[in-house]
Amino acid sequence: MNSTQFDTTKPVLEIKNLHKSFGDLHVLKGFNLKLYEGENLVLMGKSGSGKSVLIKCMVGLLEPDEGSVEILGKNIEGLSRKEMDVLRTNIGFLFQGSALYDSMTVRENLEFPLRRHLKTQDLKDTDDLVLEALTNVGLAESIDLMPEELSGGMQRRIALARALILKPKIILYDEPTTGLDPITSKEIIELMSNIQKKYKTSSLIITHDVDCARVVSNRMILILDGVNYIEGTFKELQVSDDPKVKAFFK
Amino acid sequence: MNASFSFLNNIKSFFTEIGDLSSFAGRYFREVVTPPFEFKELLKQCYNMGNKSLLLVSVTGFILGLVFTLQSRPTLLEFGAVAWMPSMISISIVREIGPVIIALICAGRIGSGIGAELGSMRVTEQIDAMEVSGTNPFKFLVVTRILAATLMLPLLIFVGDFIALIGSAIIENIKGSVSFQLYFNQAFDALEFSDILPATLKSFFFGFAIGLVGCFKGYYSKKGTAGVGRASNSAVVFTSMLLFIIDFIAVFISDIFY
Repeated sequence: MNSTQFDTTKPVLEIKNLHKSFGDLHVLKGFNLKLYEGENLVLMGKSGSGKSVLIKCMVGLLEPDEGSVEILGKNIEGLSRKEMDVLRTNIGFLFQGSALYDSMTVRENLEFPLRRHLKTQDLKDTDDLVLEALTNVGLAESIDLMPEELSGGMQRRIALARALILKPKIILYDEPTTGLDPITSKEIIELMSNIQKKYKTSSLIITHDVDCARVVSNRMILILDGVNYIEGTFKELQVSDDPKVKAFFK
Repeated sequence: MNASFSFLNNIKSFFTEIGDLSSFAGRYFREVVTPPFEFKELLKQCYNMGNKSLLLVSVTGFILGLVFTLQSRPTLLEFGAVAWMPSMISISIVREIGPVIIALICAGRIGSGIGAELGSMRVTEQIDAMEVSGTNPFKFLVVTRILAATLMLPLLIFVGDFIALIGSAIIENIKGSVSFQLYFNQAFDALEFSDILPATLKSFFFGFAIGLVGCFKGYYSKKGTAGVGRASNSAVVFTSMLLFIIDFIAVFISDIFY
């Protein structure tokens, strides 16, 4: 994956000087980021360094205090609810805890975004799209199960299928392997790689998992105290002499 | 000094909460009239609230009718007014006791259920997932639940009132040898438009209050399982208090007109 080329002239996501505070707690203090078309960018940082706040600012779940977020050339500040909803169809989001709707079956979970964003004439293809997404994650047989009947790893895969169902241009992964056993983590990492190859998506992956970063990343950013600390490929960071960087690779 | 400071803080947070609740209600009124409309989810919520509360409301109504009649009978006998029993029971139940008791029961059943459900959806990021999938979670989760509670409460109260009258009729049949036909003739003859209309109108407000507070507490529930518990619990406490305030206002207004 590391050797995959991507176009550095086309950023699909650009964050400039992002600040976010909660009362006296300054979480982001001028963070900058560019995600290019077809790139897998890994963001690593300690707990509480502002990674999840950052990803929530990107999709409009939190409003930044200062700075700008541009997605596919559109500054999200000032977009109407309708415009933001349309833009969000280009973004897939895999939540740390999967966040499957627990009152709905797997099929309904996957149909949920489809029914809201497909045109009426395309709705008859819903079944095919759901099946295709489930086949991609290897869980076509789980279509009529409830989320509570699935294991943690299966839930994560279904959540990935849901994030993919609208064929987004960008996928945001919030700690995709957290809480999973090493074997399931490996399967999820493999799945992420396959999806990137198949759909040519751009991905931003927030993770603590060095194995995940090694396999999927084209480029990495280390976030420390709410700002970019260091940036480079996995190999460059792995051999860094900086003690703070070394701490992550121990 | 500390006690009075804490008391003032409680008063302040109470009014802050009232302000937040009012703004939440304002958002509901804006969103309820703007498309897209979530009819399927609305029907599902109506079914959940109506069908699943029916047994509880029926049992409560039946026992209410039995107990109310058993307790009132000796006093009416003492005054030689036992013939007024059906009229007295029907007016009391339809105008006041039925709506209030059934609304309180529904605050426990429906209000706490909504608070816990939305609270747990908030904690497990399901509401955020809905938002990032380009769906308005307020419209899908909140508007449908408040509207369903507003529509279903009058129906549940109607059923509860009727079953309470059946319970009362059974006691009168056993204790006073009053036939069911005679009991219901007297009970319905005593009821006037001015008894039914205010009770029906206030039951819509009761339903609205139950849905609104349950959704408000759940939607803004703080992170963690303790937050879900608090959302569910405070939804019931706050709604119960609100129901009595609405009842007082409704009685006050109907007293002016009728």
